[in-house]
Amino acid sequence: MNAILKAEGLSRFFGGLAAVMDLDFEVKAGEILSLIGPNGAGKTTVFNLITGALLPTRGRLQFFEKEITGLRPHDTAALGIARTFQTTSLFPDETVLDTLIVGFRCRTRMGVFDALLKTGRARGDEERSRRKAEETLAFIGLGDRASELAKNIPQEAQKRLAVGLALVTEPKLLLLDEPMGGLTEEENAGMMRLVQKIRGEGISILLIEHKMKVVMKISDRIVVLNYGRKIAEGTPGEVGRNPEVVEAYLGVGDAE
Amino acid sequence: MKGKPSSWLIAGLVVLALVLPQFVTNKYYLNILIMSGIWSIVASSLNLVLGYTGQVNLAHGAFFGIGAYASALMMLKLQMNFWLALPLAAALAGFFGFLIGLPALRTKGSYFAIGTLCFNIIVTLIIDRWEGLTEGARGLMGIPGPAPIPVPGIGQIAFKTLAAQYYLVLGFLLLTLFVMRRILNSLVGRTFRAIRGNEELAEAVGIPARRVKILSFTTSCFFAGIGGVLYASYIGFLSPELTDYHVSFDSLVYIMIGGVGTMAGPILGTLLFVTIPETLHVAAEYRLFVYGLILILMIIYLPRGIVGGIGSLARKKPKGGA
Repeated sequence: MNAILKAEGLSRFFGGLAAVMDLDFEVKAGEILSLIGPNGAGKTTVFNLITGALLPTRGRLQFFEKEITGLRPHDTAALGIARTFQTTSLFPDETVLDTLIVGFRCRTRMGVFDALLKTGRARGDEERSRRKAEETLAFIGLGDRASELAKNIPQEAQKRLAVGLALVTEPKLLLLDEPMGGLTEEENAGMMRLVQKIRGEGISILLIEHKMKVVMKISDRIVVLNYGRKIAEGTPGEVGRNPEVVEAYLGVGDAE
Repeated sequence: MKGKPSSWLIAGLVVLALVLPQFVTNKYYLNILIMSGIWSIVASSLNLVLGYTGQVNLAHGAFFGIGAYASALMMLKLQMNFWLALPLAAALAGFFGFLIGLPALRTKGSYFAIGTLCFNIIVTLIIDRWEGLTEGARGLMGIPGPAPIPVPGIGQIAFKTLAAQYYLVLGFLLLTLFVMRRILNSLVGRTFRAIRGNEELAEAVGIPARRVKILSFTTSCFFAGIGGVLYASYIGFLSPELTDYHVSFDSLVYIMIGGVGTMAGPILGTLLFVTIPETLHVAAEYRLFVYGLILILMIIYLPRGIVGGIGSLARKKPKGGA
């Protein structure tokens, strides 16, 4: 399989502290790759580096063999990299449907004069955005909440909406930062089905998740970080048996 | 739906505004209405960047002033026709907005507010000190009113009467609101609101936040400039105080009281604040004190202003509270 995202020697320092250090990894087309590691291992920093929210101190990033190092978040989003945030991030005062409509903006071209004159391009773009938003609404299973305000819907629905907002931008790579965080066992299963459904659409997924049961079940491959460095990589089976990983997670000599 | 006034209500209000001079013939009241109209344009345009895009611009007085002074100088020193000076001066205000927006909109929140406030003070200082051009503190006098528009077959539309001035200002107010509505109801306007709601997220879904903010800011300054031109030609006199941060703060107060981020809010706020002090003859020295007090009370008890408050009441009622 082809790598769609390639990180080479990716490093980011905060002052003297290396949050991410000489990280090499690839995301292959159509796979679910999980990024795991103890708190503070640098997982979210990796997301921020990929999207351009943070600039790397060293190293480079390629997306579909195109150099994306140094691009800003709105550029990487336009290229097809979408993300969710660890603390569920939404437009609080927008309705669920409106949230999704604006997410499609990066695929439309109308400008302010199109808006003023209601040109054909404006009407076409508005129509396409609405259609795409409704499609996505059904896909994430929030059809019955279309007109509710994002801030008023339950947490699980907010998490779905955050994923939906990333999806509506038509990504090729989706970065999910703890999509199951704070969910119940039952809700986990629903979110897992949604993640698998997204992969079914041919979208590659890079996942940060603390719930190991979920990670082991859903991932094709896993990359393990500790103190910003990659300490292991492989299938869930390989990683689960790796003594270095067990040590990082459980400490030396501890057994479950 | 969503607490928006129906199109019937809007049509009714427009008709009311159109026939108003038939009933209000008193010059004093017509004058108040015209001033309310001009300040409504200024406040509404500030609302575009402040209420809908979430950027607290405290330099609106400067852009109002740039529009006013530019048009006055074009008409006085270059003998330019009002109808040519109007778009040019407004475009100049917009252009200054663009230039200032480029660096200022790199900053966020209170930094942006302070930066724009500083810009306002600088503009007022320049207008005050550059006596060769602006006459400084003496002010510019004898600014001509709008030139009559020739209409083939009928004669001409002159702007000699107060009623005619009223219709001129009303026309530009409606134009401002029409443009804002078209923008805000479009995908472009949705990106404004997205930035207000969560700028980081807006960036993450591919909205170039800085570019969008500059667009909103420039448009806002353009209409502030139109307000300035109308003011200059209506009053006929300009002095540097008219460009200073009091103008910015007044517009801010009108918006906050009327309803930030609503179409009707700035107009309602302006009407209240231009009409009430005029009719009650509140001493000018106490004006800012009273404004401040009302503003603090509003922010605590009615943060979305009168219109916003009515809107959320209307939304809450059917469900019996949130």
